[in-house]
Amino acid sequence: MRKVVIPIGPQHPALKEPESFNVTLSGERIMAFSARLGYNHRGIEKACEERTYLQDVYLIERICGICSHTHSTCFVQAVEEIAALEVPRRALYIRTVIGELERIHSHLLWLGVAGHEVGFDTLLMYTWRDREVVMDILADVTGNRVNYGMNTIGGVRRDLDAAHIKSMLKAVDTLEDRTKYYIQVAREERTLIERLSKVGTLTHEDAVKLGAVGPTARASGVDRDTRRDDPYAAYGELDFKVVTDDHNDVYGRTLVRMGELMESYKIIRQAIKNMPDGPIAIKSPRRIPAGEALSRYEAPRGEDVHYVKANGTDRPERVKVRAPTLANLQTVEKMLEDGQLADLPIVIAAIDPCFSCTDRSIVVRRSGVRSKNMIRWEDLRSRGIEWYRENRGIDFAKLNRKLSDRMR
Amino acid sequence: MTEAIVGATAKEEAIRQKLVERFPFLADKVRATRPRRIFALVEAKDFENVLVFAIQELGFTILCTITGLDDGPTLGFVYHITRQDGITLNIQYDVPKENPVINTVTKYFPPAEIYERELIDLLGARVEGLGEGVRYPLPDDWPAGEYPLRKDWKKKISDTEAENA
Repeated sequence: MRKVVIPIGPQHPALKEPESFNVTLSGERIMAFSARLGYNHRGIEKACEERTYLQDVYLIERICGICSHTHSTCFVQAVEEIAALEVPRRALYIRTVIGELERIHSHLLWLGVAGHEVGFDTLLMYTWRDREVVMDILADVTGNRVNYGMNTIGGVRRDLDAAHIKSMLKAVDTLEDRTKYYIQVAREERTLIERLSKVGTLTHEDAVKLGAVGPTARASGVDRDTRRDDPYAAYGELDFKVVTDDHNDVYGRTLVRMGELMESYKIIRQAIKNMPDGPIAIKSPRRIPAGEALSRYEAPRGEDVHYVKANGTDRPERVKVRAPTLANLQTVEKMLEDGQLADLPIVIAAIDPCFSCTDRSIVVRRSGVRSKNMIRWEDLRSRGIEWYRENRGIDFAKLNRKLSDRMR
Repeated sequence: MTEAIVGATAKEEAIRQKLVERFPFLADKVRATRPRRIFALVEAKDFENVLVFAIQELGFTILCTITGLDDGPTLGFVYHITRQDGITLNIQYDVPKENPVINTVTKYFPPAEIYERELIDLLGARVEGLGEGVRYPLPDDWPAGEYPLRKDWKKKISDTEAENA
């Protein structure tokens, strides 16, 4: 059969962010795959050299819309190490809690995207509805759904009070219930199992050889997790399990992420229980003494690496960032080898490449009226429920009440 | 105990000693800065030998990334390699900026390719032994000889930006 090369991207409905792939096909079978990256390159490393360390914390937080706490923590850890700052233990615990909440929101988001990519949009709707629970908690504690602004050099900027902790523990209980249900779905729902099994296969040997990280590696039986292997923040004092799986495919990656959600709930409960009292930050000097440090962080997608070199001024000499997707994208070629074209979206999505989610307010333009109205989230939710009742004869009111009661 | 090994534990000290034993010229060039972090500065000519020793004898089989540095007259390259127990060895070597040639490490670490392509685009490194491939991360029409991570590189203002300034 004649070979056909088709370009996918940089803008393509199957992709959630700009990347460009050239796929060589024989019929529907993928013969070769090559990727061109860099469409999102914003010159942040260079920009960091031109700004102060404190400004960089905010800039670095914006590398990613999902792993924002990941990047800011990874960066401040390096700076704190160079400046030999003794970060208060309470701050380390708070960083850990926020980091795990971020992992929960990321993994639930992923589960929805994965569902969507395989035509299981009910899963998307369910997981993204549940993800609102963790987003609300993050907004409650930090003031933002993403880009939390929690970190500063020398600690964190906001403390957790009793009310935060109460709502957080309640949210964790709710989400744990929901996750157990998703695990049951993943273990019992045949269509999902059949659709994800033996798709995007990456053997253990290839995962190791190609430098896969995070859930992508762990689903190929690579027992690595920076939180355990190179502990930072409060992880060295907490008890948790590194979840691995040996399915070596998209199904395995799904199970690993679900297992990690359960571990995240455990970590948050422990961190809250053992959280020491005391200050949440110490003052950091504006000028950081000359030196260098390498900081590693287990992001939801895998290991994030920051290298910082200081030259004694208030601006870094060099900031180097290696986000996990760069490591994982190199495995995609192997995963797609001899695969079907129709599997491409889910295989790419299964490494969970990063895309941004942002604002909570929605601008509605009324037809015939020129003014813009802001709509509150609760009103939008009620409007949605009403619409389905009127137009589709489905009543979500009871389910909505049940969810609201749980959160009260 | 010298200042260089303050904060290190026995494990890092053992690695430091093995490195110095095998490569005596590294005696004052290896520092364990804290538990699980070792930094080594080597000559360009010795780099590959040290790297191979670290991989084969010391178990540093995972490459985190490669950092490129513009240190004025030289370009520095730091190879961040790690192992299962979290100990990370950062090996740096420098080459003159007017002839910034380094050898590829893809034969030891296949995933190094993308990190090396980044060094080519952003710092103007010339990587010997790295075959043809897709550039990363700059656009295809990026002007030749412009390396944005070099210290003397300044952003050019476009005509539109100049008009709006």
